Amino acid sequence: MVYGISIILIGIGIYGLMTQKNLFKHIVSLSIIDTAVNIFIVATGYVSNGKAPIYTRALPGFSPNSFVDPLPQALVLTAIVIGVGTLALGASLLVRVKEKHSSINVENMKGVGE
Amino acid sequence: MRRLYAILVAAGLIYMLFVFLGTLPLYGKVDLSNRVSAHFLAKDVNSVDVKKWVEGDKQVPSREKIYGRKGFEDESANVVTSIVVNYRSFDTLGEVTVLFASAVGIGLVLGGMKRMGYGRKPNFILRVSTGILLPLIIMFGIYIFVHGHLTPGGGFPGGTVIAAAVLLLYLSNEEFVANMKTSKSLEGSMGSLYVIFGLAGLATGGAFLFNFLPNGVVGSLFSAGVVPLVYMTIGLKVGSELSGVVAEIHEEREG
Repeated sequence: MVYGISIILIGIGIYGLMTQKNLFKHIVSLSIIDTAVNIFIVATGYVSNGKAPIYTRALPGFSPNSFVDPLPQALVLTAIVIGVGTLALGASLLVRVKEKHSSINVENMKGVGE
Repeated sequence: MRRLYAILVAAGLIYMLFVFLGTLPLYGKVDLSNRVSAHFLAKDVNSVDVKKWVEGDKQVPSREKIYGRKGFEDESANVVTSIVVNYRSFDTLGEVTVLFASAVGIGLVLGGMKRMGYGRKPNFILRVSTGILLPLIIMFGIYIFVHGHLTPGGGFPGGTVIAAAVLLLYLSNEEFVANMKTSKSLEGSMGSLYVIFGLAGLATGGAFLFNFLPNGVVGSLFSAGVVPLVYMTIGLKVGSELSGVVAEIHEEREG
């Protein structure tokens, strides 16, 4: 179910990348794909009725499959931070594109060779 | 026409990925004893035999209490933190470097001389509530990254909360300008401190980013050795870095 949601989100992102002419919408599409992949990776580690992998007073010990898989969560933590970095860098590049070519729509850009 | 092609390509990709799903275990039906993560959950990567362990055999019996005891490889109660900052700490160093590179890139692309105004006075409610909420938000951010080894959270979310406080300052005051020199020097010193922790581990334990401090008891604040210290440096670094990004977004060039 969650796998399906993330795969459909990837499809929506690819569709947006192929049809949109506004560069900001490209960044939004890439961000959607990023989020979808993160959802997919976290979902691969889910265990039914599993708790967050933190040892507390209520859950003091390990028993088989009482916790969800912590490794995908750690990997996604890395991926989210890098996603923020690339998103901010892409948006700041768009500011400069808008200043130089007076538009971020691919068809209305001035001074770009056909 | 273009939309039709796009729909076809996207649908083909979705179909392909759905076909690949057959090779994965069903959602929620994962067996952790087949995975490497059971080692991390057992807090013993080198010697434990997961199959025996999960069956409740001798080596480390399952259902054994880990909270409140000591003598494990890594004592942080939050297993995700122990993976991110202890077992895969080198990876996190690379991640912090990527974030640093993107912050430098934003500074190069957007850097300007004077602060951009919004062209209207901030709302009265925003101005007054900022004074009340700002210390609470900063304290909450610091709480998140100090308790990163005990509760969900850690350096990256805590740093982001601190950057949100700086953004609130920018929104509520037209004249506010962040001190870039302080933020850059904090960022640089915290980044080097992370490497220094790694080199100290290399000197004392023979491996880069080795956990060289005493481990303590699982679940107490002073536990997990070097993990809370590293997460504090990451928190301050990410906070100053994202504050710098917020400041640079609010700059504009002359003319």
